[in-house]
Amino acid sequence: MTTAPLLDVTGLHKNFGGVQAIRDLNFELAPGELLGIIGPNGSGKTTAVNLITGFVKPSSGKVLFKGRDITGQPAYRIVRIGIARTFQMVKPFYQLPAYKNMIIPLYSPRVKKLVGGKYGDRDAVALDLLEEVGFERDARVAYKVASALPQGYLKRLELAKAIALQPDLVILDELFSGLSLAEVASILPIIEKLRIEGKTIIMIEHRLKELFRIADRVIVLNYGQKIADGTAADVMDSAAVKNAYLGSE
Amino acid sequence: MPKRKERIDRGINVRSGDVFALCSWREMLYLAGPRFIPVFICLLLPLLLGIYWQKVLLSVAVFALLAISWDILAQTGMISLGQALFFGMGAYITGILNHYWGMSPVVTIPIAAVCGGLICTVLLLPVLRLRGIYFSMVTLILPLMLVRLIEATRIFGGTEGLTGMTPIPSKWLELYVIIGAMLAALFGFRRMLSSDYGLVLKGIRDNDRSVLNAGINIYWYKTQALFIASGIGAFAGAFLTHVYMFVGMPVFALDYSILPIAAAVVGGPGSLAGATLGAFILVPLSELLRGTGGLRIVFYGVFLVIFIVALPEGLFHFFQRKYHQFERWVEVDQ
Repeated sequence: MTTAPLLDVTGLHKNFGGVQAIRDLNFELAPGELLGIIGPNGSGKTTAVNLITGFVKPSSGKVLFKGRDITGQPAYRIVRIGIARTFQMVKPFYQLPAYKNMIIPLYSPRVKKLVGGKYGDRDAVALDLLEEVGFERDARVAYKVASALPQGYLKRLELAKAIALQPDLVILDELFSGLSLAEVASILPIIEKLRIEGKTIIMIEHRLKELFRIADRVIVLNYGQKIADGTAADVMDSAAVKNAYLGSE
Repeated sequence: MPKRKERIDRGINVRSGDVFALCSWREMLYLAGPRFIPVFICLLLPLLLGIYWQKVLLSVAVFALLAISWDILAQTGMISLGQALFFGMGAYITGILNHYWGMSPVVTIPIAAVCGGLICTVLLLPVLRLRGIYFSMVTLILPLMLVRLIEATRIFGGTEGLTGMTPIPSKWLELYVIIGAMLAALFGFRRMLSSDYGLVLKGIRDNDRSVLNAGINIYWYKTQALFIASGIGAFAGAFLTHVYMFVGMPVFALDYSILPIAAAVVGGPGSLAGATLGAFILVPLSELLRGTGGLRIVFYGVFLVIFIVALPEGLFHFFQRKYHQFERWVEVDQ
C-alpha cells in the first residue's frame, strides 16, 4: 500500500526573463522521507525551494502539499500550513540576542494555533529550543547578540527558528555551507533526531558525503532540470550526473 | 578598607529583569526616576510658563506626537516624509465635521483621529509593498497633491480654508489634554514596542523575509503600524484645528513632515522618548531664533548639522547610556 505523498510537485517551470531557472520539475515526497537535492552552482536548487515555499511564484506547474494546492500562495500562508525553511544566507535579526530572535517564529499564527493560543513565557520556550540545537545553556550563548555569534551558531539559530514552527516539512537550504567538519558533525544528530520525530525533510547540500549518510533519496538538478532521482548510490552512478559535475571529454 | 567602583545598574537589572524583586527605595527610584521626573515636569510646566510659552509648549506636544508617529513607522521599516498627510487629514476631518455639521470637539477629535488614521492607511495601502526611498517618496508627494487638489477644486473653503471652529473651552484643558495625550502615546506605545508584538514590527524593519518565513503576514502588521501612526498624527492635527479655530491648506505644509523627523533624529530614533525629547528642544529653539529674522532657518540648520555630527546616536540614547554607567564606591571584602 502506498501512502499519499506529503509534497507533490508537478511540471514546475520558472523563467526569469529569458533564463529558464526551473524546467519541468516533477517529484513526490512521502511522509517521513529525507530528500536531498544536489546539483552544481546555479542549477536551480534554491529557486526550486523558493517556488515551493512561495517566495517566488512559478511560471507554470503545480505544488500540492497534503493534497492541497499551494501553488503561488504567499509565503506566510505556506508556513502556516506546515512548511518551514532555512535560508542559505542566514537571516537573523542582528541587533537582537539569539533567544529574542526566536520570539518572532514563536509569535507565528501557526504556533499560536498549535498550542491553543497560549505560549506562556516565550523567552523560556526560546531558550529550550536553542538548547536543543546546541546553544549551551551554561555558556549563556543564547543571550549573546546575533551579530556577535559565529557562523556555526547563526546556522543553528536558523534551524531552531524553523523547528520552532513545528512544521510537517522542513526545507534546509545549504545548512552545512560555511561550517567546519566538527560543526557539521554536531548538527547531523539534530537532523537525525528530527527524522526520528517523523518530520519530512528536504536538504539542499553541497556537502555530499554528509548528505548521503542520512538521505533516503537524492534528486540531482542541472540547468533547472532533474537529471537523476534515486538512492545516493544510484544517483552517483548515473552518467548524466557525472557529466554535470565533472564535464564530458 | 580598600574600595572599588561598581556600576549601579547591574544589580538592579538582575533583580528587576525576570522576577521583580527590588527591595530598597533607592533602587526603585533609580528605575522610576527617569520616568516620573519628566512626567512631573511636563505636568508642572503649564503652571510655570507665561501665555506665550504656554502656546509654545502646546506646539511642542503636537510636534512630539508627530515625532512619535514618525518613529513608530520608522521602527517598522517605513521611513515617512509625509507626517503632514496624517496631520492635515485629521485637521480637515475635524474642520469639516465642526464647520458644516456643528459637531462638538469632544466628538470631532476622536472621529478625526480614527477616520484620519483609516483614510491615510487606505491611501498608503498600495505602496506598503515598497521599501526604503520608494515608500518615502510617495508619502512626500501625497500631502502636496492634496494641497493642489483643494486649491484647484476650491473644496472645503479652497485657499481661504474653513474658519470659526469651536474653540476648546479653557486654555488649561487645551494644555493638559495635549500633554496627557503626548505622555499616554509616549508610554503606551513604548510599552507596545518593547512587547513581543513590537519585536515583530522591528523584525519587519530588520529583515522582512525572515518575519514572512515565520508565517507572519508582514503587510497586515505594517498596516496596523501605519494605522496607529496615522491615527496619532490625525489626532494632533484635529486638536490643533480646534485650538487655532481654523483649518486650511497650511496644515499640509512641509513643516509638519520635516520637523518631526528632525526631532526624532536629534533626540534619537528608535525609542519614542528620543523623538519627544527632540521636539522639546527643536520647537522652543525655533521660537528663540525668531528674533534673528531671515537668518532663522540658517541658524536652525547649523544647529541641526552640529547635533547630527556630534551626537549621531541622539540625545536620549546618550543620556540613557550615561545614566546606566553611574557608579558608586563599594568596600572590597578582604
